[in-house]
Amino acid sequence: MSKPTLFFLQTPLLPGFGLSFGVSVLYLSLVILLPLSALLLYVSDMTWAQYWFAISDPRVVQSYKVTVSAALYSTLAVLLIGLLLAWIITRYDFPGRRIVDALVDLPFALPTSVAGLTLAALLVPNGWIGQWLGFKVAYAYAGIIVAMVFTSLPFVVRTVQPVLQDLGAEYEEAARTLGASRLQIFRHVVLPTLTPALVTGGSQAFIRSLGEFGAVIMIAGNIPFQTEVSSLMIFVRLQEFNYPAAAAIASVILLASLILLFALQVLQGRIFAWQRQGR
Amino acid sequence: MLKKIVLATVASATLLTGSLSHAAADTPFHNASYDIARELFGEINPLFVEHWKQQSGKEVKIIQSFAGTSRQAQDIIQGKKVDVVTFNQVTDVDILAKRKLLREDWAQQFPNNSSPYYSTTAFLVREGNPKNIKSWDDLIRDDVKLVFPNPKTSGNARYSYLGAWLFANEKFNGDEEKIKAFVGKLLKNVENFPTGGRGATVAFAQNGQGDVLLTFESEVINIAKGDEFKSANLEIVVPEVSVLAEFPVAIVDKVADERGTREQAKAFLDFQYSKDIQQLLTRYNYRVHHPEVVEATKAQFAPVRLINPTKLLGSWDEITAKHFDNGGILDQLLAAGR
Repeated sequence: MSKPTLFFLQTPLLPGFGLSFGVSVLYLSLVILLPLSALLLYVSDMTWAQYWFAISDPRVVQSYKVTVSAALYSTLAVLLIGLLLAWIITRYDFPGRRIVDALVDLPFALPTSVAGLTLAALLVPNGWIGQWLGFKVAYAYAGIIVAMVFTSLPFVVRTVQPVLQDLGAEYEEAARTLGASRLQIFRHVVLPTLTPALVTGGSQAFIRSLGEFGAVIMIAGNIPFQTEVSSLMIFVRLQEFNYPAAAAIASVILLASLILLFALQVLQGRIFAWQRQGR
Repeated sequence: MLKKIVLATVASATLLTGSLSHAAADTPFHNASYDIARELFGEINPLFVEHWKQQSGKEVKIIQSFAGTSRQAQDIIQGKKVDVVTFNQVTDVDILAKRKLLREDWAQQFPNNSSPYYSTTAFLVREGNPKNIKSWDDLIRDDVKLVFPNPKTSGNARYSYLGAWLFANEKFNGDEEKIKAFVGKLLKNVENFPTGGRGATVAFAQNGQGDVLLTFESEVINIAKGDEFKSANLEIVVPEVSVLAEFPVAIVDKVADERGTREQAKAFLDFQYSKDIQQLLTRYNYRVHHPEVVEATKAQFAPVRLINPTKLLGSWDEITAKHFDNGGILDQLLAAGR
């Protein structure tokens, strides 16, 4: 009687650990691992020098800078807007609240290229919104950020919202009876509880923005060295029938996302520890 | 607009049911074409079905697909079963030949380099041509902003680039440094690089970007005269000299032989050279070869001297390697212009 047998014998709600685990791993492999290994297969055809050449081309490097910086700005914006949206949806009751709640998911449903096209039409200098802005948004760097905000907003709202709902108003009321000011309540009661959700939602939004293609290329203007994002560089390499180079750039973005996700796991552990200490 | 949508829905529904009911009758053959040929082949395909029935007494079914032709070529390389290609770029057919999907000498299989029709790069300008744009020379002025797709992702834009290059080549008698400076300046004037032709049209005509749009002459005329942007009163400018843009067709031998569709495929491509279809092509503002049609539609097309890029710059392989590959002249000029 060794421990692993016992492990396989345990019976939670779903029947058969072996079967459920097997099916899960199969799907994970088919849907995620297999395509990723195919990507690496393309890369494996290259020598290290070729790989380095493909990923360090000045134009590609500039595209990393554009992508990462725009993703950072958009993540900051999304955190602010997302927190606010989640807050009004859970804490206030107003006519049309459920409509607002439903609208939040729209960017997930809308084809991103359609979103990009529409945003561009709105934000060009003679567009509905663009005519009121003093600077160029569509077909410029700012447009990339707008597109990224649009496509990644639901991530923050949908991770913060359940936590806010769970939090309930009791803690805030308790704090108020103890004489805390509104700011103090927000800083010491609400924010610490929301931090893990904000970090998770924010990083998901960031990673999504790194890979965003459809919406961004429609509004970016795609001027080399200025408004070209990395996903467009992959597309460009594919158009040159240069599959290995495209895969190489993709592998860089993939690696960055993986590292980020892993760091996030570690960070979340830390945040939970910090929260427990604070209580 | 609504009428269009309804028509399209009905058409696709009939297509779908049609393909179901005829599935057993005859092996359908697949024609892969470029994005903006949607309306064109929407007209040609039913005519061919009719024609083939009269000629051979047999039913034939055409599966039609549209996408950027580089995208199509990639799909075919990766295994999409396509019997004939009707592309807007020679290089995308060449890449199929290189992967042994069709014969090396495909361009000799049909008349006129296997291009039933052709076009050139022309300009579309705003109402009244306020910047007075007449020729390639005007495109490098400091006060002129251009819109055309990214030559890396659009074949159409590669012709615009080559048009500028060939013009400068004549102007500077082949002095490559001067040509590069000219084309580099032109690229620097580009305000927006959409990834495809339609994106460029939207940016220019609808979103008011730039002073001039560069694209195929056929598209330029379609945009200017079509209903969608009629109110913008856009004007067509055809420069005196421009680049010959051939629209090649070919049988994908490997697939056609495998599925036994060669006969229909060949007949379909021959059909493109028939008088009726050549006439139809001119309605879409493509230039054609059929002498009677050319004579009859003389007034429709502005006089232009067309330069075949392969006559001056070498084979398409050489042109691609020198200009469009990673690190080629296009990349150098874009890097220098930043």
